[in-house]
Amino acid sequence: MRNIFSALALSVILAIPMPAMAAPSGVPAELQKWSFAGIFGTYDTNQLQRGFQVFQEVCSTCHGANLIAFRNLTEAGGPEFAESQIKQLASEYYIIDPELEEGERPAILADLWPSPYATERETREANNGALPPDFSVLAKARYIPRKFPLNFYDMARAYQEGGADYIYNLLVTYEDEPPYGVEIGDVQQYNAFLGAGTAMMSPLMDELVEYDDSTVPLTVEQYAKDVSAFMYWMADPHLVSRKTIGLNVLIFLSVFALLMYLVKRRIWAGVKH
Amino acid sequence: MSSHSNYNPTNPVEKWFDERLPLIRFSKEHLMDFPTPKNINYWWTFGAVLAIMLVMQIITGIVLAMNYVPNIEMAFDSVEHIRRNVNYGRIIQATHAVGASMFFFAVYIHMFRGLYYGSYKAPREILWILGVIIFLLMMATSFMGYVLPWGQMSYWGATVITNVFSAIPLVGTPILEFLRGGFVVDNPTLNRFFSLHYLLPFIIAAVVALHIWALHVPGNGNPTGVEVKSKADTVPFHPYYTMKDLFVIVVFFIPFAWFVFFAPDILGHADNYIRANPFITPAKIVPEWYLLPFYAMLRAVDFDLFFINAKLGGVIVMFGSILILMVLPWLDKSKTRSGNFRPMFKPFFWLFVLNFMMLMYLGAQAAEGIYVILSKVGTAYYFGYFLIILPILARIETPKPLPNSISQSILDKYEAKALKQAKIQGNGNSEIQGKGGK
Repeated sequence: MRNIFSALALSVILAIPMPAMAAPSGVPAELQKWSFAGIFGTYDTNQLQRGFQVFQEVCSTCHGANLIAFRNLTEAGGPEFAESQIKQLASEYYIIDPELEEGERPAILADLWPSPYATERETREANNGALPPDFSVLAKARYIPRKFPLNFYDMARAYQEGGADYIYNLLVTYEDEPPYGVEIGDVQQYNAFLGAGTAMMSPLMDELVEYDDSTVPLTVEQYAKDVSAFMYWMADPHLVSRKTIGLNVLIFLSVFALLMYLVKRRIWAGVKH
Repeated sequence: MSSHSNYNPTNPVEKWFDERLPLIRFSKEHLMDFPTPKNINYWWTFGAVLAIMLVMQIITGIVLAMNYVPNIEMAFDSVEHIRRNVNYGRIIQATHAVGASMFFFAVYIHMFRGLYYGSYKAPREILWILGVIIFLLMMATSFMGYVLPWGQMSYWGATVITNVFSAIPLVGTPILEFLRGGFVVDNPTLNRFFSLHYLLPFIIAAVVALHIWALHVPGNGNPTGVEVKSKADTVPFHPYYTMKDLFVIVVFFIPFAWFVFFAPDILGHADNYIRANPFITPAKIVPEWYLLPFYAMLRAVDFDLFFINAKLGGVIVMFGSILILMVLPWLDKSKTRSGNFRPMFKPFFWLFVLNFMMLMYLGAQAAEGIYVILSKVGTAYYFGYFLIILPILARIETPKPLPNSISQSILDKYEAKALKQAKIQGNGNSEIQGKGGK
């Protein structure tokens, strides 16, 4: 038994994961408590619905999400909007279809979220030359770098939600003026988390989006948290079902391992080894 | 391959079949009756884990290939399509991606076990060399697999690693262009990588068959390094080792499932969720964790040596670090196989393990300052271990006396245990007596 533990320990030590991207050089990130973190994590449906509202009313004017279908918004484990609601929403968007006489048609549930711009050139022209990234997997393309041994701690608690933390911290640390001595571009705003200027001007302000639920504060922090959660859902829409299956798999494997250990012990009981 | 079979078909159909194709006889001989030393420990179970991992990777890979599109415009989206829309695709894809990491965990443990217990020594040199070939094929396969999702790290990893070949004099550029299918990494590169990524696992499976064949000629080694002398030293493979291996496989699947279901992306790079873009170089190009020690050695050579420039030197060092394993049986001439009986070998071996982990860490750091110096020290020790330390140790070391046989070593172990227990009991008794005396 001792050998197998040392074998497992070695295998864990061998697994030193290495962050690849340059870390944001600004203020350290404040990690948030996400309902979807950890092995029991699930999305907060209300939060996803609010996050979608922020996305639709604010972000989606510049950012696309071309892997998300309207139907995804109704699926279990996501924002779980009513189907009729999303059908109504989809019909307000137009899908370009050159096969049709009119050249376009209203969207249906099966359609992907339409891009705000037709071409990259058009996108850049509308955004001072910058290219707003697509949101579909953005929350997984960003992360908070974690040094040894924190990276092992994250593995042990199954925490891979750094992307949501990144987006939250980016959204809440805009400053009107760069600190003394820091140069930023003409059409940029200083972001303390990035420690640099960014072409995306601060998109949020207090009371920008009107939530249905009057108990939820209308603050930049709340909007940022909700939209970060929603973006994480877009990047990992089946997280809830995956984690649920995972729990069952873990229970099955643990019981199976125990039984196999007893089998092995029984078989070897008569042999000196 | 000596016969250990006690297969006596009674059923006439079985008999008829056996006379024409002794498949059942062969299976019984090699999967069930095969005599295996009694004393092999848990470090030996990783061979079975690796066999299962290869099967897992091939099965999940075949299903993924049914849905993947090897085209630079569609590859990224097709992988996302698998994750989002294919039934259980997110689990199959995660199993394949995490599986690559788990495969390498297991192979490193398997290899370090071989290094410690001298598994490469006569008469197992061919067995060892086949293992090194499998390791090389695994590295090539995993590298090409990593390119397929066509994210930023896929693209730039492919660019950097194929570029390595251009360092070879005269034939370097033609090889580079052949690998890429053009002057830069592009659609033809993705197509040939996909084709080869599908082919290589089956070549690995074939070499694994040879590896097991070569294993079944001399039979398993064991922690004492003393060869099997009589039937008393062994047990049949089934059920003793089939069940022990199965136990370890199930235990191995627990961390495997942990990553697959709860953190499928944690072992990868966030950058690979950004579509490949030839115009934007990531701030840091880093291979997967399991290739890092070799990447560190590649970068450690940043100086020209005579007519060898730094780039070629790095390439020689990187490939040399694996090729040197092939000649290891002739570098370590110590007659004693097992590290357990080699007092001077042990500290150097563990230092080698630590050094390997240090190189792994360094492979992910920027090539600057202290990291460069440490990479050079680490590379020097890696080669020094094989080229200087092992040959010298073979000459100067006095190994501890070996047991006469495996059975003897087991008896000794039990005796020592009994003696120790008796001593503890003895002490306990005297204490009680002492108390009673007061």
